[in-house]
Amino acid sequence: MFWRRRRDDEEALPDEGPPDTDLGASESDPGEPTSMADALWGPGIGPAPLEVSGDLDAGLARTRGAFVSRLRGILGEGDEEVSWDDVEETLIAGDVGASLAMEVVERARRRHDPGGAEAAVRAELAALLVPRDAGWSPQPSAAGGPAVLLVVGVNGTGKTTTIGKLAARYSTEGRRVLLAAADTFRAAAIDQLRIWAERAGVPVIAHAPNADPGAVVYDALDAAVARGADLVIADTAGRLHTKLNLMDELSKIRRIIDKRLPGAVPETIFVLDATTGQNGLAQARAYHQAVGLTGIILTKLDSTAKGGIVFAIEHDLGVPVRFVGVGEKAGDLLPFDPDAFVAALFA
Amino acid sequence: MVLIAFGGAFRYTADAWCVRTRAPPDRRRAVRADDRPSIPLRSRTPTVFDSLSDRLRKTLADLTGRGRVSEADVDAAMREIRLSLLEADVNFKVVKDFVARVREKAVGAEVIGSLTAGQQVVKIVNDELVALLGGGDRVFHLQGNPAIIALVGLQGSGKTTSAAKLARHLVKQGRRPLLVAADPYRPAAADQLETLGKALDIPVHRAPVGTAVVDIARGGITAARRLVRDVVIIDTAGRLTIDEELMAEIAAVSVAVKPAETLLVVDAMTGQEAVTVAQAFKDAVPVTGLILTKIDGDARGGAALSISAVTGLAVKFMGTGEKTDALEVFHPDRLAGRILGMGDVMTLVERAQEHVDEAQAAKMEEKLRKAQFGLDDFLDQIQQVQKMGPMGQLMSMIPGMGNMAKDAQDAVDRGDLKRIEAIIRSMTPRERREPAVINGPRRRRIAAGSGTTITDINRLLKQHTEIQKLMKQLSGGGRRAAMAGLMGRR
Repeated sequence: MFWRRRRDDEEALPDEGPPDTDLGASESDPGEPTSMADALWGPGIGPAPLEVSGDLDAGLARTRGAFVSRLRGILGEGDEEVSWDDVEETLIAGDVGASLAMEVVERARRRHDPGGAEAAVRAELAALLVPRDAGWSPQPSAAGGPAVLLVVGVNGTGKTTTIGKLAARYSTEGRRVLLAAADTFRAAAIDQLRIWAERAGVPVIAHAPNADPGAVVYDALDAAVARGADLVIADTAGRLHTKLNLMDELSKIRRIIDKRLPGAVPETIFVLDATTGQNGLAQARAYHQAVGLTGIILTKLDSTAKGGIVFAIEHDLGVPVRFVGVGEKAGDLLPFDPDAFVAALFA
Repeated sequence: MVLIAFGGAFRYTADAWCVRTRAPPDRRRAVRADDRPSIPLRSRTPTVFDSLSDRLRKTLADLTGRGRVSEADVDAAMREIRLSLLEADVNFKVVKDFVARVREKAVGAEVIGSLTAGQQVVKIVNDELVALLGGGDRVFHLQGNPAIIALVGLQGSGKTTSAAKLARHLVKQGRRPLLVAADPYRPAAADQLETLGKALDIPVHRAPVGTAVVDIARGGITAARRLVRDVVIIDTAGRLTIDEELMAEIAAVSVAVKPAETLLVVDAMTGQEAVTVAQAFKDAVPVTGLILTKIDGDARGGAALSISAVTGLAVKFMGTGEKTDALEVFHPDRLAGRILGMGDVMTLVERAQEHVDEAQAAKMEEKLRKAQFGLDDFLDQIQQVQKMGPMGQLMSMIPGMGNMAKDAQDAVDRGDLKRIEAIIRSMTPRERREPAVINGPRRRRIAAGSGTTITDINRLLKQHTEIQKLMKQLSGGGRRAAMAGLMGRR
């Protein structure tokens, strides 16, 4: 049960103890895809698999359950009559978007797939996602310098939490991670990041609240070079994509990275809340225009939301989803598997 | 005045520069096809500019040319309504009911056979939206001493920020609120509320780590009595509706403190899940209304409609910005217009107020009145308007301009405004002040200097003259005529 996970966390990760001692201790063997979560998302990448509690399987199974069984019923097993309208409705209910759902269904119909309707719709959905390297991890683009992850997104999508998880993941993998607290706007955002950094045992470069976020990033890059860190993850303040001055500020941060580390191409990660509807596409477009996105992290996928807007975004911008967030603790960040994401709609 | 400036810039983009791009449509299409070698999946990507009223105009109003509206035409219109609402994130089940009802009313109103069917249907849709959004209990209840308000919702919906905004709102009304930090889970959540409270000079009650949430809430009420505060605002942790333990926890808090208002905080960008979420919260606690947050973005906010339709809950407040004063009492008609993709003039005016420097605007007005509106001033105006937001989005807020919005945005995307800037920057100060001196040789020089053509220069100068004329009309009292001139093109 989902609620039990929190209990388990509290037992496994007491507040007093260093939390990362538990990382790597996993109840289920992530090498064998025996569970629902494994089947969906595959085992964690990297040398040290992060803790994924056994209850996650149940959680994922349940969140997808209703949706999946619905699609099962609709698509039928074998001879049952397939109602394309119902399939379309199911896609719309998953926030795929009305026009895109209609187009996908229309194309699936024309496909006359010998594997049946499910295979046809699956293939059409899969075709919307961009190809990606499953073993991706951020690499330095300038020789000798650190890799830079610039994490951006609208307010409340889970940027800071995601950075906490990324920091835990990469420091467990043995990388020297440094965080830049460039969300200087939201009250206590710096404190929030510090708590995550402590849990992951990584340093944070921070200025006072309301300081220039560009200066924070610049200092963090300086510190990273001086200390020989190989991965800098910069938190930024959430901003609506329609606020042009704030988007300009983001472009400026991007330019500052280019200036401090000439030739460095930062990974610009767009954090998207899975409960977001059609506005997600407008967000992604605006951010892409401002800073040039290279990846997406889809958060809160442990809710009842499906995150269907990802299909439109990947298709439109060609930017891949790298990870999915499925909970509130450090290990709740799983690599995105496109086949599994599509399959999750049909299971 | 801002609208005048806006109109000026608008005429540039919409008339002068879009006309040009519309002129060689074949080339434009060819370029697009080259850009995207793969078969474009969507013939037309839906955007915020796809206003329902424009779509309905296309499907229904154009029929006036060839006769009366048939049953099939009504079906087509209903399809457009369905699509438009779905793209606005209205829940698909709600859309179904809604369209059925509109259809019934449209038939009842004898739209079939009518010559003004488009307008009639838009009106029916708008009325239905306003009725749905305006239904339910919209009064903000503050019974009890202290009156207790609980904010609940998903993670990241904006509860903590809304709590601070609500407190500030209440202070303005002469109340003495106290904030209670009842989110022990998210790191630094209590710090965030405390920082916000400090900035507003409003006390924040927080409890040591490990205190049960029910006890935090009770402690907050005790603290309020001690500090003689008459409203208690409880900021709870974000929770997923499938998290049974946390849902039980919030239900326990609700039973323990019996809030006069339990407000569900909903992100305006939420998709189809909004209904499930609202229903689950309503099942767990006696939710009395909604706070719709992040409405200052360009999300059409269909989630609010879905929730109101399914749960009968009314939106009581809207979060319209990041600062603590950005909380507004809800206006159903404004959100209805937004969901419809029709004009949202109020938002436009507000945005103008937010971004346009008043002193500068006053100076500009003076110049306009004296007919000293030079090209430099014009450049200023364009830049001011651009600060307010994406051009197309701004255009779409003006009623009846929805269909021009896309063109305007295209113009901006192609850099037409940059070209205008280049032209004006290639002029001497005198030329900018007195465009009348720009003769043939000067035009050639400016064209060469700005990398444009003489035709571009001519077009710009002609537009400038027209705007000057328009400004004279406006300041000369012919306001209505001028506005008609502004709005009624095309």
